[in-house]
Amino acid sequence: MSADAIRFLRRGEVITYRVSNPMQTVLDYLRLEERSRGTKEGCNEGDCGACTVALGRLVDGRVVYEPANACILLMGHLHGRELVTVDDLAQGDRLHPVQQAMVDEHGSQCGFCTPGFVMSLWTLHHAGRKPDRQAIVDQLAGNLCRCTGYRPIIAAAEKSCTGEASDAWATLSREIGVQLAMLDDETDILCGRPDSFVALPAKADTLLDLYSRNPDATIVAGATDVGLWITKQLRSLPKIIHTGRVKALHAVSERTATISIGAAVTYAEAEKLLGSISVDIAEVLRRIGSKQVRTSGTVGGNIANGSPIGDMPPILIALGARINLRKLADQRIIELEDYFLDYGKQDRLAGELLWRIDIPKLNSNERFFAHKISKRFDQDISSVMAAFKFIMAGRTIGGARLAFGGMAATPRRARETEAALIGLKIDAPETWDQAIATLAKDFTPLSDMRASSHYRMETAQALLRKALEELVYGHEVRLVGPPRKEAWA
Amino acid sequence: MSKKPAVIAKSKPAPKSVAKPKEQPKPAVKEKAPAAPALPETVVVGQPHRHDSAALHVRGAAAYIDDLREPEGLLHVAPGYAREGARGTILSIDLSEVEKAPGVVRVLTAKDIPGQNDCSPSIGGDPILADGEIIFHGQVIFAVVAKTRDQARRAARLGKIRISARKPVVTADDAVIRSSDDVLPEYTFTRGDVADVIAKSGSMLVDSFLIGGQEHFYLEGQIALALPDDNGGMLVHSSTQHPTETQHNVARMLGVPDGNITAECRRMGGGFGGKESQASQWACLAALASHHTGQPAKCRLDRDDDMIMTGKRHDFRVTTETAYDSTGRITGVNVEFLSRCGCSADLSQGVNDRTMFHADNAYYYPALRIHSRRLRTDTVSNTAFRGFGGPQGVLFAERLMEIIAFKSGKDPLDIRKRNLYGKNRDITPYGQVVTGNLLPEVIAQLEESADYRARREAIAAFNAENRIFKKGISLTPVKFGISFTLTHMNQAGALVNVYADGSVQINHGGTEMGQGLYTKVAQVVAEVFGISLELVRITATTTGKVPNTSPTAASSGADLNGMAAKRAAEQVKDNISNVVCRDWKVPKSSLVFKDGQIISGERSMSFGDACKRTTQARLPISATGFYATPEITWDRVKATGRPFLYYAYGAACSEVTIDTMTGEMRVDRADILHDAGKSLNPAIDIGQIEGGYIQGMGWLTTEELVYDGEGRLRTHAPSTYKIPCASDTPADFRVALFESQGNIEDTIFRSKAVGEPPVMLATSVWTAIFSTIAGLGQGAIPALDAPATPEAIMHAIKSVRA
Repeated sequence: MSADAIRFLRRGEVITYRVSNPMQTVLDYLRLEERSRGTKEGCNEGDCGACTVALGRLVDGRVVYEPANACILLMGHLHGRELVTVDDLAQGDRLHPVQQAMVDEHGSQCGFCTPGFVMSLWTLHHAGRKPDRQAIVDQLAGNLCRCTGYRPIIAAAEKSCTGEASDAWATLSREIGVQLAMLDDETDILCGRPDSFVALPAKADTLLDLYSRNPDATIVAGATDVGLWITKQLRSLPKIIHTGRVKALHAVSERTATISIGAAVTYAEAEKLLGSISVDIAEVLRRIGSKQVRTSGTVGGNIANGSPIGDMPPILIALGARINLRKLADQRIIELEDYFLDYGKQDRLAGELLWRIDIPKLNSNERFFAHKISKRFDQDISSVMAAFKFIMAGRTIGGARLAFGGMAATPRRARETEAALIGLKIDAPETWDQAIATLAKDFTPLSDMRASSHYRMETAQALLRKALEELVYGHEVRLVGPPRKEAWA
Repeated sequence: MSKKPAVIAKSKPAPKSVAKPKEQPKPAVKEKAPAAPALPETVVVGQPHRHDSAALHVRGAAAYIDDLREPEGLLHVAPGYAREGARGTILSIDLSEVEKAPGVVRVLTAKDIPGQNDCSPSIGGDPILADGEIIFHGQVIFAVVAKTRDQARRAARLGKIRISARKPVVTADDAVIRSSDDVLPEYTFTRGDVADVIAKSGSMLVDSFLIGGQEHFYLEGQIALALPDDNGGMLVHSSTQHPTETQHNVARMLGVPDGNITAECRRMGGGFGGKESQASQWACLAALASHHTGQPAKCRLDRDDDMIMTGKRHDFRVTTETAYDSTGRITGVNVEFLSRCGCSADLSQGVNDRTMFHADNAYYYPALRIHSRRLRTDTVSNTAFRGFGGPQGVLFAERLMEIIAFKSGKDPLDIRKRNLYGKNRDITPYGQVVTGNLLPEVIAQLEESADYRARREAIAAFNAENRIFKKGISLTPVKFGISFTLTHMNQAGALVNVYADGSVQINHGGTEMGQGLYTKVAQVVAEVFGISLELVRITATTTGKVPNTSPTAASSGADLNGMAAKRAAEQVKDNISNVVCRDWKVPKSSLVFKDGQIISGERSMSFGDACKRTTQARLPISATGFYATPEITWDRVKATGRPFLYYAYGAACSEVTIDTMTGEMRVDRADILHDAGKSLNPAIDIGQIEGGYIQGMGWLTTEELVYDGEGRLRTHAPSTYKIPCASDTPADFRVALFESQGNIEDTIFRSKAVGEPPVMLATSVWTAIFSTIAGLGQGAIPALDAPATPEAIMHAIKSVRA
């Protein structure tokens, strides 16, 4: 049994919508079709947040609202969700508390970014806890304002996001939950024709079958990358298959030695579990994209696209992650590092899907460090991303897995340096230099708009030195992020 | 309405270490500046009223051009350019695929322009559509007109263009060697025999560094909507800071009189100078499409196209030889500003002149040679950007202060104080005498409120204890000249329409880009009439109501338009007063306009009734007002005069921490004290100050424009070009307005312009970084360029440790 339209909740009503253009974005739907013009287009690539809308979904029976960039959100993403936009918040002349706080704090100047800020704050208003300053600026990292300097917006957040939601959505939460629950079914959805369609399979078998029959289709998880193929590269993507409804791909599980996450698990969903491996992972996750990007984007997508500058692959490679790939009934498991063959080339067969990522946890004799370097701390793509796992033998390094992003055409290990580290006495810092210098044998990084080859190499070496310092001294050697862990004892 | 003025905005309550500035220390040097006469109390003016559109902004109900209801038959315009090549002859343009693409109605090229193919604000050289050759990568060669925006954009990618491209001249250094001509003649200020002073000086320094450009990154990209009118007329909605120029450029392109065209702008989603001259091209393309199809047409640039196709803040190579005495006081400055103007003159004359006007910042240079070259490069034409060349001049001066302090082992703040304008040292390099200099007092107050000396000591202790992290603190002043340096531009007009029920519509030549101009002007009019602000309706700026306007630029918006609106309102008030006085048989001097009433002794009448009476008495309650800034003169040839009516002052103190292993940097705290005269609206002014500081901080830290060797901009989207985000704003951010009697000049309610000066407050971030790095070495001057990205910081660290 399958349906030929998506269904989503909008202003209290279930909208049944037959997607005719597979590439249609939610922003275009709002502005051109619904003619709701409160939501703005600033950059059309998910970086400025002017188009921020809120998506409501059920999590453990509770309605949760998350911000998303409508400009790179596809219509398929709306299925089963409630779509809330800036046009909806005020009740007649009465402004919503976050809107009122923005007005009272002089939080708008030109006003063009303001609807996006309002929606980000609105989701924070519904977050169920009072945010501290760090939580506020994290929430706002994906919203750029060129006028105010942010101080009054942060003040508006402090004033209006108290942990207690006080609006119609809070009052109607139960009803909304019931409506959303009704949309959450196991029916596969296919809108369109054989040569041009949007598919939202709910069943794993349907997904595998559909993709094997349409290996030319574009697989979409969060579309934080694919969205740009549409809005920036103006590619034609006539066949789009969304993975987001397949429950198996959303599975997150923890065993004694391994954490497994499905390919469609978002950064936001993975945050807690992956962050439990190391504070450094939690910190990198905090800095990946923005709230909007992390609630849509997936760890699996970051892998599947094979970006040389993705932040998660180096971390996962250093941890020794493996991935599970499926094509119909066939499945294989490979080391993640072997998946990245060359720039833009991955070890994935036609019709084969990334299914699951298995991540070994740290043993008691292992220490892990990750460090991201970018021009701007938040919501920037790294110039160098480093992840290190040291396997300790007392106060000697018994083994190491060092993985880097931004240093080569793919996320890659520094095998020569790893070898050079074996046997290193961590209490003899004078012996580190040679091992650190070995990185120059492992990599010949490129120069581009983010950094020069020279800076990349120098910084990669500095990050390795920093990790060793942290290992030995345990003191604070980062400018941003949570306090570091203890020294290796 | 809000109640009490929020003169101080703070992100955090002041911790214990900070002294309360209750008793201000007297300035060491007392200027001869006359104090402004005491003003009558104002009721509406001076209050922290909200931005007039605030409640609309937060609802998404403030309409920007792309939000306007689309008229029937609307067509969409998308620009097309050559993907390869920056400078060269166009060998062929094959648009057959474009024409065949779905939805395409028409494809326009240079030959479709009936009038003049130029949208320059100055001396020409800015083709609307390239004709025969291209002069930068991304120059528009054709424009697709299609039924939908998506169709237009997709079709625009299908053009096949062959260019016989030569190796482009990309940087200022490149241009010095390879450019055969500059976009404009060089220009010099001189005083005394600087070569002689430097030759004979005991202490001198030689220095050279690079200052990067800056992308405006207004959140609303460039956009225009052209609506054909009958009989050859056209209404153009344009997101422009300069409707009059948009009108003129569209008319000139179509070959019709200016009077046929009306340009209108209700609000912009940010401008920052980027829509002063460079909004015209998109208005022209929309108008051209409308002209040829007879249908309405909209041209809205995609963000990447916007960043590739429009100019930025000028970047520079600055080289100096400077002499100073044993006390650190400058005796002679010889400086050369090599400015990368791009492919045409655009506004580069004014921008580079202003760099020269601000090369002194707050300091007296006894002997000097300030030389400016306006270099041609094969890149997009650089343009106005908040500060208009001033920030680059100020950065030079403040770097100079740092170097002198470092070389002479003194606190940079003491060197700054030593070099300030003062008694018998008050003539600028361009002959204007500095009057009303508030800086000694501003600096003294900030030094105390920011606890500068104690923190400097604490930082020294921190740096002694920490190997990897190093801190720095810097306090820098700003002195910014207010007036267009092109004297004739210092004029404005306004139209005040009062209706018989006492409601008011105002209109003026200034445009609203978020700076709160409309709110301030409305406050002025409400003040004159003694009515509540709600009764004053602000209407879109249009050349149909107030013609022949200057751009909203040079921080002049409120100064000029506020005064014009005041004069218009006063004429109406005069008519009303005459009628009321005649009726009541009371002298005019007895009338008070207050709380929506007109009062004389015991008698009163509502403002609305008085308006009605005035119309019945057959007198107009509508008037135009006009203002031209008095007293300013500027002889550019002789480089002397008084180009500025007055100066706005301010100072900022910034503290930074640097990771010396990676070059990462964080601004920990910023304290700002800024002079807005007698503020028209303290909330709006604080907003300008905070926003300006953060924007300036971005320019000097994370915002890096990267061009490749082929002249292509590689940072043309927010994914690669990083403006500050929320977490970059210092967690401890204290901003206050300097309390004074107001402007000594007779400006609108004795206020001061506040749009641009705060950008230069961020200089203190860069100098704090500079001084931190200088402290790591053994006497070498850090090779720190702007912006101070992590990579630039690492480079500078190595330069002093080598």
